[in-house]
Parts: sequence; C-alpha cells; structure tokens
Amino acid sequence: MIPRPHGGRLVNRVLTGKRREALLREAEELPSIEISYERLIDLMDIAHGAFSPLEGFMVQEDYLHVLYDMRLSNDLPWTIPVVLDVDPEEISGVKEGDDLALKYNGEIVAVMRIEEIYGWDKKEYARQVYKTTDKNHPGVAKTYNRKELLVGGEIDLLREPSHPLENRILWPIETRVLFREKKWRTIVAFQTRNVPHRGHEYVQKAALTFTDGLLIHPLIGWKKPGDYRDEVIFAAYEALIKYYYPKDVVVLAGLLMNMNYAGPREAIHHAIVRKNFGATHFIVGRDHAGVGDYYGPYEAWEIFDEFPDLGITPLFIREAFYCKKCGGMVNEKICPHSEEYRVKISGTKIRRMIREGKIPPEYMMRPEVARVILSFKDPFVH
Amino acid sequence: MGEEKVELKITIPKSLYDKIKEEADNAGFTDIEEFIRFVLEQLVESGETGEELSPEDEEKVKERLRALGYID
Ligand SMILES: [Zn+2]
Repeated sequence: MIPRPHGGRLVNRVLTGKRREALLREAEELPSIEISYERLIDLMDIAHGAFSPLEGFMVQEDYLHVLYDMRLSNDLPWTIPVVLDVDPEEISGVKEGDDLALKYNGEIVAVMRIEEIYGWDKKEYARQVYKTTDKNHPGVAKTYNRKELLVGGEIDLLREPSHPLENRILWPIETRVLFREKKWRTIVAFQTRNVPHRGHEYVQKAALTFTDGLLIHPLIGWKKPGDYRDEVIFAAYEALIKYYYPKDVVVLAGLLMNMNYAGPREAIHHAIVRKNFGATHFIVGRDHAGVGDYYGPYEAWEIFDEFPDLGITPLFIREAFYCKKCGGMVNEKICPHSEEYRVKISGTKIRRMIREGKIPPEYMMRPEVARVILSFKDPFVH
Repeated sequence: MGEEKVELKITIPKSLYDKIKEEADNAGFTDIEEFIRFVLEQLVESGETGEELSPEDEEKVKERLRALGYID
C-alpha cells in the first residue's frame, strides 16, 4: 500500500485560479522581503507537500522541538528545521499577525502569515543539527551565514519561477498518482546526487528484488564545484535504465530540495520526504548525507532505531564491490573473501577517468553509461 | 501543530496488555501509549490516501505524466 503522507494528509499550498489572482493583487500592497534561492526551494517543498505536514516555515515551538527532540511539537518525527531567516531591518515594519509577501528576484512568489518572529542561536543549531560547530562543514558554514531572526507562519505559493529541469521534476501528488497507475504496492526510493556506477546499480537491484517498483530520485538543487551536472546525472541514468533494467519497474524523477550534509539527521529527513512521495521503502547508504568525517559510517543507520513510528521502512544495504573469488558484485554481508580479492568501486577514481576522457572498466561503470557522460562537453559543475 | 486531544480510559485483559507491552518494546516504542496510538492510526487510516484530489485535478496530474512520458 502506498503510505499515507507524513502526518496523514498531503499538504497543498499552491494557490490556483481566482484565489491566486486575488491574493496576488493583495500581495502587491503588502510589505515584502526578498528570499534566497534555497528558501525558495523550501517554499516549493512545503507548498507541494514534499514537507507534509509542514504548512509553512516553523514557529519557535516546532523549531525547538525539532532541534532537541527531533520531533515536531505534535510528536511526529522531523529532524531538520525548516526556517525562514530575516534581518531585523527587513521586517522592522511588520509584526506578528501581519501578512508578508515573499519575493524572489524581485517578483512575488508567496504570501506568509506571520505567526511568530523569534531569535535563534546559530551555534546551537549547528551543534544539534550537524553535531559540530566547525565552520568548515558546508552546512554549518551556511547556517552561520544566515540572518539573525526567524519568522514562522503558514505560506501560500503564488508563483513558481521556471527551472531548466522542470520537466524532470515530479511532486508528491504526481508520483502518488503514477504509482497507483502502475499498480505498485511497494516502492523503494533511492536518493542520489551522482551518476550511477555498478555499486549503485547493485544496491538498487538488491532492493528491487523485493519491491514492485524503484523510484530513482536525484536531488536537484545547489551543487558544489566538481559535482556532476544535473543533466548529466539524468542522461546517465536514462542509459542505465534503458540497457540494464526491465521495462516498467523504474521511475526516474528529480526532487527539488536543499542538501544540508547533516548525516544521520538528514537520512531521517530524506526518508520522511520519500514517504510523502509515496515510497514504502528507502535505501539508506553508508554515511548517508555525510561529508568529510563528521559522522561515523553507520550513524545514519543507527538513528533509525529512534524512529519506530516513521511510516517508511529503511533498507540498510551495504556498499557493493567486485569480488574476484565470488566472480561478481557482492557486499560484505555475503562475501567471505579477504581484501586482496575485492575491488572497490571508487567514485573518485571514476571521476578522474571521466575527466581524462577515459571509459572506466566495466566492473566499475556500464560502458553505455560512461559513453553518455563522456558525450557531454563538460559533465562537471564549476 | 498542536491538535486537540481527548483522554480515553479503556479496560483490557492483563494478558492482552502484556502482549501489547512486549510488542511495543520489541518495536522500539518508548511507551505503550505511543504504540497503541500508532497501531490505531494505521488501522483507521489504511485505505485512505490522505490526498485531497478532485477527479479534475487527478486528470490534470495524469495529463502531465502522459506529456512527460511516465504513463501511456
Ligand atoms: Zn567474495
């Protein structure tokens, strides 16, 4: 059965038709603030129900519960605060109870009903969410760069700026209808920000052995230099699906969502969001959503023990490697042989070969996939 | 987020209580109330989708899925 959304009901705060027109006119007269691209993405995730049951940016009670208990004030699991930061000067003229227009690139995108304006301790946020206050951690650095106050309250989305990959993006209501059309009862979701190598394929197929369908769900959003470009990731997956997956068991769709690198907390967040998209299972990788060595390799697995009421089943599948003795792709749990027989698949190594214009060996990456990646003049972000 | 709550007092056989308690512990729930709430929710809500989707909206969704090649 496709699970009910987190909290029981799929949030929809995308206004359409007459209500939208009326609110757009009203919004012209409202005080407004300009929001960043990342907050715009949060806004869209809220409005389209990817962040159900959130109806807006968090008020202080929810924020503090999430920060310290990893649950909303109504006890539902939630691990990453979704907050809107503002400068005191920007909102000097507004008070709690007022409506505020949110603008992106000077254009009104949403209206927010200000329920609460409150202060926050960014260092404490970093300590709780990222388990470190080290500003070399990309998530911590971003937190420290945010503004001094938070505003909480419900939002209504009025406009969505177009996205170069908008035809690749599906929202929860769409994947839910799609899964029903396909008559899938169990769906495993796979989070990625990478082109697929043989290890990824192994993990996905291990999961797919037991489920009706697989949702390959690349995260679209801000990237750091050296990452593969989004178009490249989609093209590479299309090649893999075309040549190596049976018909009608895979859905490839982009997820517009921010990446925080919050390791274990983010693994839970990723699972909750996939539940909203209709997945019943979620593959959690080793050091999922981690960065550097801030988190232990299996911390992102252990944290699931604290959430028996998540409503989506995590699948902990060990990293795959090629074993010369076994004669195929295996993982630590099923291969008894020693290191000398094991060939690790390294993303770094593959990246280097791609940079040099070389096709990686077949045990690392399918040649059809490699060729597609190499067909791009420049597969990487700068 | 805070929804109104009602308090409910029910009497169940001790043997059933013990079984529920064991299940709750095994599943990792911190207290038995949380477990009972979770089980009841699952039971009552199964079969409902939690989506507010009119037939017209559903058709719009399908149209987009068709246009993008996800369904025939
Ligand atoms: Zn082996």
